[in-house]
Amino acid sequence: MAPSKMPSTVDLPIEAPPANALAINGGEAVAYALKQIDPEVVAAYPITPQTLIIEKFAEYFANGEVRTEFVTVESEHAALSVCVGAAAAGGRAVTATAGPGLALMFEMLGVASGMRLPIVMHLCTRALSSPINILGDHSDAMAMRETGWVMLAGSSPQEAYDQALIAQVIAEHPDVLLPTANLIDGFSVTHAVERVNVLDDSTVREFVGEYEPGLSLLSADQAVTFGAMDARDSYFEHKRQQVAALERAVHVTAEALDRFAQVSGRRYRLLETYRLEDAAIAIVVMGSLEGQVRAAVDTARERGLRVGALRIRLFRPFPTRLVANALRGTPVIGVLDRAIGFGSPGNPLYSDIAVTMFREPDKPMLKSFVYGLGGRVTTQRVLEQAIQELADTLHVGRITDGQTYLGLHEGTAK
Amino acid sequence: MTLKLQALTERPETLASGHGLCPGCSESVVVRMVLMALANPAVVSLATGCLEVSSTRFPDTAWKVPVIHSAFENAASTASGIEAAYKALVRKGRMAERPLTFVVFAGDGATYDIGLQWLSGALERRHRFVYVCLNNEGYMNTGIQRSGATLKGTWTTTTPAGAATAGKVDWNKDVTAIVAAHGIPYVAQAAVHHWKDLMTKVRKAEAAAGPSFINVFAPCNRGWRHEPEDTMNVSRLAVESGAWPLYEVIDGAWHMTGSGRKTRPVADYMRAQGRFKHLMTEANAGLLAEIQARIDSEWVRLQKRCASGV
Repeated sequence: MAPSKMPSTVDLPIEAPPANALAINGGEAVAYALKQIDPEVVAAYPITPQTLIIEKFAEYFANGEVRTEFVTVESEHAALSVCVGAAAAGGRAVTATAGPGLALMFEMLGVASGMRLPIVMHLCTRALSSPINILGDHSDAMAMRETGWVMLAGSSPQEAYDQALIAQVIAEHPDVLLPTANLIDGFSVTHAVERVNVLDDSTVREFVGEYEPGLSLLSADQAVTFGAMDARDSYFEHKRQQVAALERAVHVTAEALDRFAQVSGRRYRLLETYRLEDAAIAIVVMGSLEGQVRAAVDTARERGLRVGALRIRLFRPFPTRLVANALRGTPVIGVLDRAIGFGSPGNPLYSDIAVTMFREPDKPMLKSFVYGLGGRVTTQRVLEQAIQELADTLHVGRITDGQTYLGLHEGTAK
Repeated sequence: MTLKLQALTERPETLASGHGLCPGCSESVVVRMVLMALANPAVVSLATGCLEVSSTRFPDTAWKVPVIHSAFENAASTASGIEAAYKALVRKGRMAERPLTFVVFAGDGATYDIGLQWLSGALERRHRFVYVCLNNEGYMNTGIQRSGATLKGTWTTTTPAGAATAGKVDWNKDVTAIVAAHGIPYVAQAAVHHWKDLMTKVRKAEAAAGPSFINVFAPCNRGWRHEPEDTMNVSRLAVESGAWPLYEVIDGAWHMTGSGRKTRPVADYMRAQGRFKHLMTEANAGLLAEIQARIDSEWVRLQKRCASGV
């Protein structure tokens, strides 16, 4: 199996600077990052499980610890609309939301990316209504996956904090200039208290720098028109330019992760692999289930099964070549989706992997698993069952069943 | 506050010629008067609408001031963001403080209907901007459909005059009063034909210590079915008939402006336009009388408000 090639400019290991360790949840970790970034504008509307972020940030604001204009808007659509105005005016603009809030923002997602505004959103992933459910899954994130945003998926409060900083750097890079979402799993990360090593304020300031907009509504010497109307002679070209900018975000993200490793000692990659080198079975996952998947991999390895895991950190743009490199030569791949692609030939992450591996000369056997919808707890037992299904597939040499719903109560499919 | 025509003509042009608005359209006239009246340089937030699509056709722009269009309903939120960013950038020392006026141009559809929540939130938060509603009583950009600003009995493409219904069935809503209820320092109604009244109000709006709102009557000759050269006349008839009273609300106190008199029946105003043609028939005489009665009672209510000062 070919080794995965990650762009890297840093030699490891890295000497970590002294860290400040806090016991905080994922939401507070993001708020702490925002305090340190001190953006010009934070605009947000309360929604579970995102409220932890804005409540904590409101405290910082009330105590005079930030110089931000904290715009407590009347809806999520307005939150992102305020960010669009603020970013076009040359300010650093940040919002945070979840599930139905993201759905209400939907129109503005494309406006923000089409106008090439480096807004950062902290998305506390949550199920979409109906039925209403305030708990975690990836239905919201998957609904925004083709709106032109860069999307990073973390798996812990530490990563929620770190990616809050990294997201600014990616979004504002002159080769990118695209809105960027930091995906934080609702409840399992937003509400999980863990040790979070925060950086010094000065280190953060140096890492994120100041946003220097190329064009601004507030520039005194030029009258810029933002959001012009395109007809059939220019719209297509502008969309093609957006594609190019997103493509550049792969390399820019890798560079940002390298630079972050230098300042923090924490080394992240676009994809995180676990015991994948010699694996006959690969599990692909995104988000906070990764830790459990690694534990299940270890258990399976003890049973003699050659299992490994691949976690997608950079979800959009999808690092197709790197994913293919990482999975090449693995005969069986199971993809864990925390969302349903209703009516689609495959669920979202599964479809991405299927398209990626379709280009490979040796095509793997792919299996699709859906887990954890609406906050359903995924147990180790269920993950071990999934691995057993994959082991059976490897043994039989063909895919036996198309779709497995992990942890679903039996007898519900009617 | 005195406006001198000579001085105004020396102000730099803010909206270039060559835009795509129709001959006879009042919107460019309002925009130029508003921006000409301002003391400060403007930064403009546009709602989706005729003005936006006609003035920002890539790669051209008619705007000689910074302008942004984001979406239909959210021009007030966009302006909120610009104003918030400006304050923070100045606070952080990243930008020198300088006189700037943030201006919103939005149609009545964007203001009365789809964007009312966005406007209300921005007013509550006291973002300092001058919100100008270009009120042509309907969705003209999409082809003359009814809006919350459309008068009862009006023909539009979604309220045609047929055998069962004679134009729009519902009364329009009083968004100027709704905005005034937010307690912002300056609210006014103006009309395109009365340049001095409009531009004086713009100056007061700009000077207000908080958000301000001017609802500008802006006839659409295509949608209202009158000749392009009659735009100013139709606007004048609306004011003279009391169909569009001119007034302002300064720190909660209501005042009539202009002549403050209602000198014509509403039929005079309606006869000048094709969209009310069906109301001039015998069959709809009752509806016309109902509209006249409503305008009369609203006029009395406004007079009382102005007399009491609150």
